[in-house]
Amino acid sequence: MIKLEKVTKVYADGTKAVDEMSFEVDQGELCVFLGPSGCGKTTTMKMINRLIPITGGNIYIDGVDNTKINASELRRNIGYAIQEIGLFTHMTVGQNIETVPVLKGWSKSRRRERAEELLELVRMKPSEFIDKYPNELSGGQRQRVGVARALGTDPPILLMDEPFGAIDPINRVELQSEFLKIQQKIKKTIIFVTHDIYEAIKMGDRIALMKDGKLVQYDTPANLLYRPKDEFVEGFVGADRALKGLQLLRVKEVMTGTYATAKMGEKTEVVRERMEKEGIDWLPVVDNSGRFTGGVSISDLTGGRAKTVKDVITPSEAKSDINAVLNEALSLMLSSGLKTLPIVVEDNRLAGILTFDAIQETLHEAVKTGGTK
Amino acid sequence: MRRWIVLVVMLIVMVGLTIWTTSVGDIGIFHAFTYADIFTHTKDHLIMVFWAVLIAVIVGVPLGTLVTRPGFSRISPLVLGGANIGQSIPSLAIIAIMATLPFSLFFFDFGFNRETAIVALFIYGLLPIVRNSYASMNNINPALIESARGMGMTRWQIIRKIELPLAMPVIMTGIRVSTVITVGTAELAVLVGGKGLGTITFTGVFAREVLLIIQGAAPTAFLAVSLGIILESIEKWITPRGMKIKVKNS
Repeated sequence: MIKLEKVTKVYADGTKAVDEMSFEVDQGELCVFLGPSGCGKTTTMKMINRLIPITGGNIYIDGVDNTKINASELRRNIGYAIQEIGLFTHMTVGQNIETVPVLKGWSKSRRRERAEELLELVRMKPSEFIDKYPNELSGGQRQRVGVARALGTDPPILLMDEPFGAIDPINRVELQSEFLKIQQKIKKTIIFVTHDIYEAIKMGDRIALMKDGKLVQYDTPANLLYRPKDEFVEGFVGADRALKGLQLLRVKEVMTGTYATAKMGEKTEVVRERMEKEGIDWLPVVDNSGRFTGGVSISDLTGGRAKTVKDVITPSEAKSDINAVLNEALSLMLSSGLKTLPIVVEDNRLAGILTFDAIQETLHEAVKTGGTK
Repeated sequence: MRRWIVLVVMLIVMVGLTIWTTSVGDIGIFHAFTYADIFTHTKDHLIMVFWAVLIAVIVGVPLGTLVTRPGFSRISPLVLGGANIGQSIPSLAIIAIMATLPFSLFFFDFGFNRETAIVALFIYGLLPIVRNSYASMNNINPALIESARGMGMTRWQIIRKIELPLAMPVIMTGIRVSTVITVGTAELAVLVGGKGLGTITFTGVFAREVLLIIQGAAPTAFLAVSLGIILESIEKWITPRGMKIKVKNS
C-alpha cells in the first residue's frame, strides 16, 4: 500500500533529517512512527503526502510514485489529522468536516449527509454538533471532529500527526480505545506519529522505531518489547517492558475458563467442602442463569450452621470484562485487593477467573518466546 | 455603553455647531456658507475619502499579504518602512509635494486638482491598511495553514478560504483607522485644488473668522466619528461567528 524506498531528506543547510528509510506498510494496517523528537518521524510522514519535498529515494502509494501525482490531488486522497488546534475556527464543525468533499466538488446534500455520517462514527450527535464552532467544543470533542474531517471523502490512507497529543491523559486513553474501535470498522491504512511508547504499543499493528533519521526496528509491538534489536530499542521500550506488555494482552487470553463456582441456593457446608477439596479460599457466586452476583470466601463459611450461600455472599464485587486489556484488569486486582478476579461476558455472565499466577505465567512465557499478539 | 453615550453626545454637538454657525448668517463682513454649500462640500469630501481609501485597500491588502509569503518576507521591512514613511511625513507636506509634481501618471493628471489630492490622501492612508493586513496574515496559526495544505488546498484556496476570513477583522480595523485619518487629512485637499469641507475651514482661517472655521470643522468631525461607527459595525458583522466565541477548556 505504502512503500518507502531509501527515502532521504537533506535540508538546504546540510542536516540529514531522514536517512535512507525503507519499509512497507500493508493495506489496512496501523503503522506507528515512534521515536524521540528529532528522529525524523514527522518528516517521514510529511513526505508521504508531500508536505515536505523528498530529496532522495521514492515513496510509492499503491505502486505509484507519489511525486508523479499532483500534490493537491495526492493530499485530497490521503486523510490528514493533526492535533485539535488544526480545526478551522471560522467554520462550523460541519464545514470543517466537509473541507475535502468541497475541494472534490461533492454536492451540498451529499456533503452534509457524509458529515452527519462521520459525526455518528466518532460518536457525536450530528443534530447537536454539526452547526457548532470548534471553540464551543471541548478538547476531546475537537479531536473527534479532527478525525472525522480526515475521513471526509473516505480516503484509503490516513496520516495522523500526534493526533491525541494535546488531550489530557484520561481523555486520551478513551479516544485511543475509541479510535481503535473505529479502525476495526473502517480498516484504513494509517500512519500514526507519536513519541509515546504506551500509545504506540496500544495503537500499532506495527511500529517503526526511528532514531536520528534512521529506521532502527520495524516490527510488531510484541517483538519490539520482547525481541529488541539493539540497546537503543531496549532502552527506549524501558526496563519495565514486561509491564508494558500487559497492554498487548486481553483478559480472555490469560483467564482460566473452567472454574468452580458456588450457586446462590447451595448450602454453605457443601461449598466449603468444595473449596477445601480444591484448596482455594474464594469462590465466585452465580445465580441460576449463570450471572455473576458476588463472591464468598472461606472465612465467611465457618459457622457450621445450615445456612445457604445467599446469607453469606459479598455482593457486587470488582469484576472485569472478557475483552478488557490485561493491565486494566491487573490494576483492578491490585486496587481491590482481590487475588482472584471474576471475568464476565455480556449480560454479566461469569466466563472465568483471572489470577496473579496466570498473569505471571503468561508474561514469563511472552518474554521467553517473543510474545504473540 | 458609556463609550456609545460619548459618541452620540459628540455627534449631537457637531450637528449643533453646524446648525448654529450656519444660522448666524452674516459673520462680520463675511457671509456664512449655506446648507447647500455644506452639502456640496461634504459630498466632495466623501468622494475624495472614498477613492483614496478604496485605492489604499486595493493596493494595501494584497501588498500586506504578499510580504507574508515565504519568497517575499525579505522585502517586508521595505514595504512596512515605506508605508511608515508615507505617514510620518506631515500630511501638509505630502499634499504640497504632490501638487508640485509636473507629470501625468496612469489616469492621474497631477497638478492643482482633485486627483492630486486623492493620491496624496491614498499615500497617507496606506499604512494602517498595509500594517494590519501584514500583521493579521502573519499571525495566523501555522497549524491551520498546514492542515489546509495537508488536506489538499491550493495556495490560492488557502488564502481565500482560510487566511482572508481569519484576517478579515484586523484588516477591517486597518480600513477603519485609515478612513478616519483620511477624513481629517482631506481638510487639506483644498490647498491643492481638491475642494471638500476644507474649503469652508480654510476660508475661515484666511478670514480669521472662528465661526467659519467651526462651520467647516464641525461637519468634518461629524463625518469622521460617524464613519468610524459605521465601519466598526461592519467589522463586527463580518467577523466570522466562530471567532467571536471564547475557547472552551477541555
